[in-house]
Order: sequence, then structure tokens, then C-alpha cells
Amino acid sequence: MSLEVVALIILTVISAATPLLFAALGELVTEKSGVLNLGVEGMMILGAVAAFAVAVTTGSSSLGVLVGALAGMAMAFVFGVLTLTLAANQVATGLALTIFGLGLSSLIGAGFVGIPVPALPKLAIPGVSDLPIIGPLIFGHDVLVYLSLAAVAGVAWFLKKSRRGMILRAVGESDISAHSIGYNVIAVRYGAVLFGGAMAGLGGAFLSLSYTPLWNEGMTAGRGWIALALVVFSSWRPWRLLAGAYLFGGVTIAQLYSQGAGGFGIPAQVMSMLPYLATILVLTIIAAGPWKGRLNAPACLGKPFRPST
Amino acid sequence: MSLKIEARPETPRSLLYATPLLAVALTVVSGFFIFLAMGYDPFLALYHFFISPLLSLYGWSELMVKAAPLIMIGVGLAVGFRANVWNIGAEGQLTIGAIAGGVVALAFWGDETWLTLPLMCVAGILGGMAYAAVPAFLKTRFGVNEILTSLMLTYVATLFLSTLVYGPLKDPLGFNFPQSRMFGDAALLPMILEGTRMHLGTVIALAIAVAGWVLMTFTIVGFQVRVLGQAPAAARFAGFSASRIVWFTLLLGGGLAGLAGTFEVAGPIGQLIPVISPGYGFTAIIVAFLGRLHPLGIILSGLLMALSYIGGEVAQVEVGLPQAVTGVFQGLLLFFLLASDFLVRYRIRRRAPAIQAARSAQAAEV
Repeated sequence: MSLEVVALIILTVISAATPLLFAALGELVTEKSGVLNLGVEGMMILGAVAAFAVAVTTGSSSLGVLVGALAGMAMAFVFGVLTLTLAANQVATGLALTIFGLGLSSLIGAGFVGIPVPALPKLAIPGVSDLPIIGPLIFGHDVLVYLSLAAVAGVAWFLKKSRRGMILRAVGESDISAHSIGYNVIAVRYGAVLFGGAMAGLGGAFLSLSYTPLWNEGMTAGRGWIALALVVFSSWRPWRLLAGAYLFGGVTIAQLYSQGAGGFGIPAQVMSMLPYLATILVLTIIAAGPWKGRLNAPACLGKPFRPST
Repeated sequence: MSLKIEARPETPRSLLYATPLLAVALTVVSGFFIFLAMGYDPFLALYHFFISPLLSLYGWSELMVKAAPLIMIGVGLAVGFRANVWNIGAEGQLTIGAIAGGVVALAFWGDETWLTLPLMCVAGILGGMAYAAVPAFLKTRFGVNEILTSLMLTYVATLFLSTLVYGPLKDPLGFNFPQSRMFGDAALLPMILEGTRMHLGTVIALAIAVAGWVLMTFTIVGFQVRVLGQAPAAARFAGFSASRIVWFTLLLGGGLAGLAGTFEVAGPIGQLIPVISPGYGFTAIIVAFLGRLHPLGIILSGLLMALSYIGGEVAQVEVGLPQAVTGVFQGLLLFFLLASDFLVRYRIRRRAPAIQAARSAQAAEV
């Protein structure tokens, strides 16, 4: 296998991993604040269709990306009103968000099936980007790929080093203590939920504008759920999340390549099961392994909180 | 004057049953504005969505056909939800049940006997149970979250079905279409209403709901499920095994979803095709909540959600509404229901004057 082919494979792995990375990173922050939003799939697909529709109608993919993030945020806001203000069950609300998002996206997307979309801007540095192998590998991606990597570093720094990040973690570990020393638990959680929505929307936008630049009904195909599993896999640590997302990108691409190579006589559908089975396997290993004690889940995850006064 | 939100000391029954109606009303009102915004005549669209399917006997029979799987799956899921076991992979369990029942039908193909149909049902139940056993095992043995595993298995089941109908189970005389042979007559559910698709399974679905009510109200297992959901600590104290409840609820939900899958292929469909269900397994989650996790309430909510499917089809033909409206309505309905739950659990009152509040606080301390 020549170096060019290897470089090409790595490129596709990165682009398969990026939507997962965005969505999972947003969910990680949401969960760190103690909120479990199972609606990632719904926010992601609405982000995908909103970004696609805006990019096609205005001709600006950057505007599409922005609207995709806002659409994810709008969905997250609905989730916030229900679970934070009205203290509704987080699991049920998350499921409602997914069902609603899948329905609304196919309603919006009905007129956009089969239409091409303007490409996302690439980071083009004259001279450097044209270098063989290294050029496309390091400098040839869509801007969003770099944004996702920067976001990992940003979230890692925010959670570990910043004061606000510590408040967010405190709210997720013990909402009652955080409340009694004067932090506004609900406001912090709204912030975290909205960030999660924006990131899921960005993941969806990358999916419909770059990874498969076409709109297809239900095109997220469970990626939102895989993102949720990745957060567990990472044990709520941003850098480990990056590794997990790229690992899953690798599984997706390996599966696609072996299908292309004739699939070793295995039906294409069986190969397509791989990412889902891998998710189950990974979740089991994480739960069963010897590191069980260090699973690190936020103590208040999924529990509703209502200030008593 | 300031307002105060406080938890209700007791849940008023009337509100518990009135809020689903409020949620339905709010969904219809939102539907009005959605249709208006999409440029349709909202009155005409709503009429075709919610009323015209109910004006004929055929409409009602179709309603029963679509409500049957929703009720069966909804009852099974509701038992689990009561115990905080979140099986959201009923769609996958339904698919495996359809495959298991279908394989039996095809194995008997050409020489069916009176035994074929009962065997198909048993196979469907066992198939669904086996598929739900995977998340049950992973949860009780390793503590893996059943939400994610049951959902991932749904994608796997759909792909497995597609592998079969494109491969080994493809009809040899079917011009290469991805579908199995048509089942023989003895492998099909008897019809109970001439000229419609209303099959025996619709009656069985209603019987299952009644059985579910008996289970939850009058049996020890039902009691354990309820205690485990409402007061896990009390359940531990009483020595109820949480693992056993996880196994029980998942196997029950899986078995019922599997039977629903068999009914679909032995009833309205009559063969194995790549897509068995228009999302019944997911809609049943809404059915369970809308029915207040009560088996008899689930009959009503199952009929209502069935109407959302048929209404969607009728409105598509009559007014040209996209089919996706059904999903939007279903999601909206669950949103409104969850929001209106706030009214059940909390009440809004004028804040009591300071002295009175202090006095009542004192009284509380004593």
C-alpha cells in the first residue's frame, strides 16, 4: 500500500470521526453538568437538515454551518425548558427530542433530496497545502475538522482549569451543595445543555455538508446514539473522547473499504452492523473491565433538580 | 403578589388523567399552525388527519390493525418503565420476532398444518425474548446501560432482516425482489371482519392489555415492579431482587414485541420484506407514556397513535401532506405530555404572607 493510499484512508477516517466528535464533545459537557440528554440524534439530524437547506438556498456553506449549530441549540432549548424548568423526566424528554427531530427533519428536507450543496471552505495555505502526503493530511481538511480539534482542547482546558468549568463540574457532582453555596444550578445547566445542542448541530452540519454532501432522510443513522456511547467510553474525559471518536471513524471506514473490496464474501449488510456491534462491545468492556471503580460518571447525572426556595 | 411553585403533597387522579387530553388538544392546535405555515388549509388538513379516517368501518378496522402492535409493545414497555428499565429497542425485538415467526412459516411452506401458526407465535415470542435477553444480560452481569445496547441492537436487527430477504430467504420465483415467498394460508392469521385487514391479533392485543392490568394490579411481581421504580431503597430493604426485575421486564417487553412482529408478518404483510414496521417500536414508547404506563390507558393511547399513522396516510393522499408530519405530531405530543406533567406534580400558589409562613415553618419543625 503506497503512502498516498494510507494518507487517503487516514483522511476518510478523520472525516468519519468528526461528526461523532462534535456531538459527543457537546454531550460530554452537558453530562458533566449532571444532565443526560438522549436527544443527540434528534439535535444532530435537525442540524444536518438546517445546515443543508440554508447552504443550498443561500449558496453559503458557512452560513449553513452557523444555522446548523443554531438549530441544534433550539432543540436543546426545548429540552432545557422541559427538563430544567419543568423538571420533566430526562430520559423520556430526550427520546421525544429524537422522535421529533427525525420527523421535523424529513419534513424540512423533503424538497432537498438529491440536490448538490456548495463545499465547505478548506484551510488552504499556499505552498504548504500542495505538499505531497503531508499537505492534504495536515492542511487539507475542512475548517470544521480543525474547529473540532480546537474544541477538544478548549473543553479539556475549560473543565479542568477554568473557574466556570469547576462550577459546572460542581453542579454535576452535587447540585444541592452547589445551590446552597450560591450557584445558580439551573442557569449553569441551561448553558451546558445549549452548548451540547450547538455541538450536535455542528456535527450534523458536517455530516450533510462535508461527509456525505447530500441530504438523506434519517442520514445520521444512529450516530447520535454512538456519540452517547462514546461519552461513556471516554469516562467523561475530552482527550480520551478524541481517541474514541477516531477509533469509531476507523471502524466505519474499515467496514466501507472491505465492502468495496468484495467484503470477503460477507454480505454488505453484515459488514454494516459492525459500528453498532462495536459500540455494544466497547460499552461492555468499559463496564466489565478492572478499571470499574474509576468510571467517573457525574454523580447527579440524570437526576432532576428543583431549587426548594 | 408573588407566586410560588411547590410540590403537590398528593397527586390528584383527575389531573393525572386530564393532562393527556390537554396534551392532545395542544398538539392539534400546534398542528393547525404548522399546516397554516406550510401553506395548507388547516381545517381541511386537520379534518383528513383526525376525522375522516374515523368515518368508515374500513377506517376503524385499519385503526385496530395499526393499534394492535402499538398496544402490545406499549404494555410490555410500560411495565419496564415502571421499574425504571428503559428498553427502547422494541423495534429491534419486533424485527427479530417477525424473522423468527417468518422462518417457521417458510419452513412449513407447502405443507402447513394447524400447528404452523401457533408455532410461529411461539417462535416470535422466543425470538423477541432472546433479543431482549442481550441487554438484560449485559445490564445485570456487567452494568451496561440498557438504553444504548437495546437501541444499537435495533440497527443490527434491521440489517439482519435485510441480509435474509436479499439472501437466503429470497423468494426463488420472485424476480429477484428482496422479499420472501408469500406465506401459505394456514400460516396467516384468520380475519375477523370480512373485507378488511382486521385479524385475530387485534383481539389478542386487547386481551394482552387486560392481562397486563391484572399483572400490575393483582400480582406480587407487579407490586415488586412498582416498588422498585418508586422506591428502590425500599425494594432492596424488602429483599426484592433488582436483577430479576430487570430480566422479567426486558423479557416481557421483548416477548410482546416479538409477538407483535410475528402478527405483522402473519397478518397485514403476509411475507418477509425489508421493512416490517413503520417505527411501531419507537411510537410504542409514546403510547406507554400517553397511557400513563397503565395497560388500560395504553389501549386508548394506542388507538390515538394509530390514528396518527392512518391520518398521516389519508392526509397525504387527500391534501398532499408529507408523511413526515406523523413523526412531528408524535414528537410534539410527547413534548406536551411531559410539559403538562408539571401541573400534576407541582402547583402554583400565591406566596403566603411572611408571618404565616414563619408560623407554618415553626409548626413543621415541631
